[in-house]
Amino acid sequence: FDVMATKPCTKFLSIYFQVVIWRAVASIAWSVLLLPVTTAVFVLLSRFSLFHPIQWISDCTSLLTASSTIFSLVVLCGVVLITGFFNLEFYTLVPSIPCSRMALLGTVLHPRQCVHSLVYCTMGMLVMWCASVTIGGRYSTLGTPCRQSESGEVVTCLNEYHLFLLLAGAFMGYSHSFLGVVQNMYYVSFQPIQQYKYPRFKGCLPMVVKCSVIQALYSARNFAALYFFFGYVPKTWISSTLNLQIDSSLQPLDSLTGLLDFSLLYHLSISGAFLYLTWYLTVLLFRIYVTEAYSFPVQSTFTEDAEQCLPKVLAEKNTLVMKFLALQDLALLSQHSLSRRLEVFNLSQPGGHPHNWNAISGECLCLLSELTQRLVAHQDAVASNGRVKSQSASMVSGTEDIAETPRLSVPLRTPGSVFKSSVGGANRVLTAPFTPDVDSPFSSPAIRRLVGQQDPHSPWSGTVQSPHIMRRGPKLWSASTGSSRFSVIPLHGLETSVNSCSCHTLNCSAQVKSFLAKRVLIMYLFNKLPEASSQALFADSQAHIWALQGLSHLVAASFSEDQFGVVQTTLPNILSCLVVLLEAVDRHFKLPHASSKPVRTLCSMGDSTYKTLRFALRAALKTAIYKITTTFGEHLNAVNISTEHRKRLQQFLEFKE
Amino acid sequence: MCSLGVFPAPVTAAQTLFERNNELLSALHPGEHSQACDLPSPQFTRDTLKGHSRPESSSRSVFLDQRDTLWMRSAGAWRDAGLYGLLDEITNSAEEVPRFLAVGSACVLALLRWASSFHGSLFPHLTLSSDEMVAEFSQMLDWSDSALRSFAWHPHTDKFAVALLDDSIKIYKSNSSPTPTLKHRCQRSVCALQWKPLCGSALAVACQSCLLIWHVDPASLSTRPSSGCAQVLSHPGHSPITSIAWSPTGSLLVSASPVDTSMMVWDVAAESAVPLQRVGGGGVTYLSWSPDGSRLLAATPSALFRVWETRMWTCERWPCLKGSCQSACWSPDGGCLLLSMQGERVIYALTFSDLTGGPKAASVVADLSETTFPGPDGDLTVGGEVCSLSWDPRGERLAVLLKGDSQADNHPSVIAVFKTRSSPVFELLPCGFVMGEAGAEPRFMQFHPHFQHGALLTVCWSDGRISHVPFYFSSAGLLGGDSPQQALASNTTNPSSNKLYTEQIS
Repeated sequence: FDVMATKPCTKFLSIYFQVVIWRAVASIAWSVLLLPVTTAVFVLLSRFSLFHPIQWISDCTSLLTASSTIFSLVVLCGVVLITGFFNLEFYTLVPSIPCSRMALLGTVLHPRQCVHSLVYCTMGMLVMWCASVTIGGRYSTLGTPCRQSESGEVVTCLNEYHLFLLLAGAFMGYSHSFLGVVQNMYYVSFQPIQQYKYPRFKGCLPMVVKCSVIQALYSARNFAALYFFFGYVPKTWISSTLNLQIDSSLQPLDSLTGLLDFSLLYHLSISGAFLYLTWYLTVLLFRIYVTEAYSFPVQSTFTEDAEQCLPKVLAEKNTLVMKFLALQDLALLSQHSLSRRLEVFNLSQPGGHPHNWNAISGECLCLLSELTQRLVAHQDAVASNGRVKSQSASMVSGTEDIAETPRLSVPLRTPGSVFKSSVGGANRVLTAPFTPDVDSPFSSPAIRRLVGQQDPHSPWSGTVQSPHIMRRGPKLWSASTGSSRFSVIPLHGLETSVNSCSCHTLNCSAQVKSFLAKRVLIMYLFNKLPEASSQALFADSQAHIWALQGLSHLVAASFSEDQFGVVQTTLPNILSCLVVLLEAVDRHFKLPHASSKPVRTLCSMGDSTYKTLRFALRAALKTAIYKITTTFGEHLNAVNISTEHRKRLQQFLEFKE
Repeated sequence: MCSLGVFPAPVTAAQTLFERNNELLSALHPGEHSQACDLPSPQFTRDTLKGHSRPESSSRSVFLDQRDTLWMRSAGAWRDAGLYGLLDEITNSAEEVPRFLAVGSACVLALLRWASSFHGSLFPHLTLSSDEMVAEFSQMLDWSDSALRSFAWHPHTDKFAVALLDDSIKIYKSNSSPTPTLKHRCQRSVCALQWKPLCGSALAVACQSCLLIWHVDPASLSTRPSSGCAQVLSHPGHSPITSIAWSPTGSLLVSASPVDTSMMVWDVAAESAVPLQRVGGGGVTYLSWSPDGSRLLAATPSALFRVWETRMWTCERWPCLKGSCQSACWSPDGGCLLLSMQGERVIYALTFSDLTGGPKAASVVADLSETTFPGPDGDLTVGGEVCSLSWDPRGERLAVLLKGDSQADNHPSVIAVFKTRSSPVFELLPCGFVMGEAGAEPRFMQFHPHFQHGALLTVCWSDGRISHVPFYFSSAGLLGGDSPQQALASNTTNPSSNKLYTEQIS
């Protein structure tokens, strides 16, 4: 029996390997193949001289074939391989959205992130070492022979230029790793249109080059400022450890005159641009390869291959990327492929059951109703939060209200459920600030690991769960969704109990609150970022958008293509699910900050698509309902749905939405 | 091939009212004055609309000249006119700057001008100013002189939007509800309008500097929606925008600018754009999405157009013999594309089918060279270049706006209407000319997207009037296509019996 159970699993793993791992490997291979090209461009730029063009070209060609360059290329290949490995390990389809600055700080200081930063620092130094060897001249080695001024003998001195470039590499590596967290560099978003890989790469290339140049200039400026103030620390440390003299005849670089060296800044910038370009190209290729559409078979003639078919992959819970690819494929087939749509509407043989349609529509409806529940729970949480504050007695009624709604029986995944999960296990204390959806099947394994290893004894863990701090913000989050279930909150040695209604507790909490509110830094760190909870709610909405598109197009196509009428049986379900979701989304957009547009970031490698996913979801939802209502028209009156839903659909029929 | 010679002679004296029994009837016929449709037909005159007489940057000339410091002037020049302005300013104030700077900037300026003139000789449209470019590539005939700038029917309801000379947009509905007026700071030189399909409220507006998406709540009674209802979409280097096209599913919006070689595919809700670049042609002037959503035509200012397929976004190049593609329209099933070229008096047809992998060459389907009709008050010449093409949603009538000769007084612009037949072979048959009131020339036309009794052509006239010309006919093709839908409808009408299957419990 065991063998029977594991067999489909291996089948699924094989398709996972076939798709994701194979794509990652191909993207890394292409990044390695692109390395000689970028290196050649870098060599040309680094040796650039305006007045001796022929010597410049001949220098560069001889340098490109030199053994040192070949060795550098090998080192760079290693760097690219490690970068590719990190891409595969860290990439996520659902961005982690920190809801306060404290949470962001926690992510940056997380051990896993520290390892990441360390590796990137090392890789930055390696690339910069290669760059300095390639540039040659005064940058080539760490030690240079120099003549001591008093005795006149030749000793080995520290070459500060080389050290400067190496430290710049470490700095850029760290800032890349840091910005990767802040800008969600590892978030992979899907494009609204499908393109072949090569045109897409060609289209993105100018943007990547521009980004890497701009990022390199910023980093060069920041590093120069840093070195100006703290450059003597590493310099003295290196010279004392390696027993290198400091050449007093040369201008030290941590001075204003030393830094205002045009050639040094030029080389710093172009090496930085080369460094960033290497990394960004790897990220870009990985994104292009992973998000490429994959066509799953709708049904298979052999039962062994059933695990690789669309309905089975759609229901996949563990590997998010396969689920996303399957949903994307569903959206595409519903719009573009008549033959595959017919397979969806087909009946099973023998038996005559519409298994394909039932599985696909069921999975889509499940996704959408899960989003509805999430939104409703969030709204309830926000609403009850306001009541708790005003009167302690009303809190009881507030929680009763929630208890009455049957929706609460499902596990909550809203930011409001912070405290529930904090009761559940100590190691999940910090879960909520990172992402409220850690427990959902949508978070990537990387994120889950990241959160799972969170140190519960970090100094902030006790404070983060304090409702007094959480409640001070714009009340986007509820401190009390399940407030009657948690009892003891350690806070600076104070033990307060929220479920008791005593005035003493309220007084205490008010005092603590006002005490903490006066500390500006704490306020700054713990204040919730506006929109963050809204963004977090819709973080995985790309899946919902595809589900909406797929469902609506399939239903619309069924009007003329569905020979057996399989869609008719589920049409009432689908319509009511869409209308209920629309109501929940409408209510969500009435919350403060929910409808405010995010600031557009220009030219950054981080993808900020997730910030506008909620608007995209709303538009996709309305379009989906319109698609169905315009196709079916008056026939919708014959569909068995409740009166208020019919009223809402009538609005759509009259184009009043 | 159909030519204008076989057309019935135009009636010049009165406005064409409608088509009935295969005959275009004009206001001359007694007893036909009662117009059947209750659609609003507003009129706008140039005098009531005060346009912007000059662009904002040149309002300087009204004020007294005052010498600023060089820094201030340079900063202003950089802000107003970019690098060119800055270099120009430095060169002009040679006595205040060091000599090498003045000489250097003069040299750079000369070099830039030489380079841009070289570029401009390759693509002459780049030398036009922004307004001239919009006027050149707009589908509205004589755009800069017209009180009406653009027009668009809503694809699903009886509602249309009109862009006016004073850069405002008015929305008219069939019933006498308030007409909202849309104004926005960025809404300048509107070149194209299009309502989002499968949506009740969103209207895309192609402006001089950006793309605006208005969300006009149909239930709202407000006559001046705030500018907060508009989304501004812009991309550096992508202006002026002369054409926009929503995908028929309403999920994507494509915008084109004659100065930008890439067209933008917008995900409007997410406000993100994917540029699709093809260098040849020097820009994109006109876009048209096929009604089935599978193909997109992109015309360039050069003698070249492209047909994109929208699944993987690859394109076919179609070099033309003479001029650029001026206008185009798709048949309702997306299988046939009619095109008109600048400088040619014919209509070309391309037939696409999934089986053969696309056409190899375009065929000429209509000859529109000048034809003279004798009339009671002198001869009337009709024919010329095609300014725009429009095909009604049932695929039965094709309206062609023919450019006249503004010098000759008996050669006005007219609309010629063809009957179209797709089986057994594609064929154009003459129907008649749509004439306006005396002295009025057509500027723009569009078919109503869902007229019940045939087709309804809406025409914008040079005197600022918008009129509707219904064509009453019974459609032969549609009845055959209806039968499977009716069969399905009979299934759905009984809600109690729509459970065809027992519920699967697994």
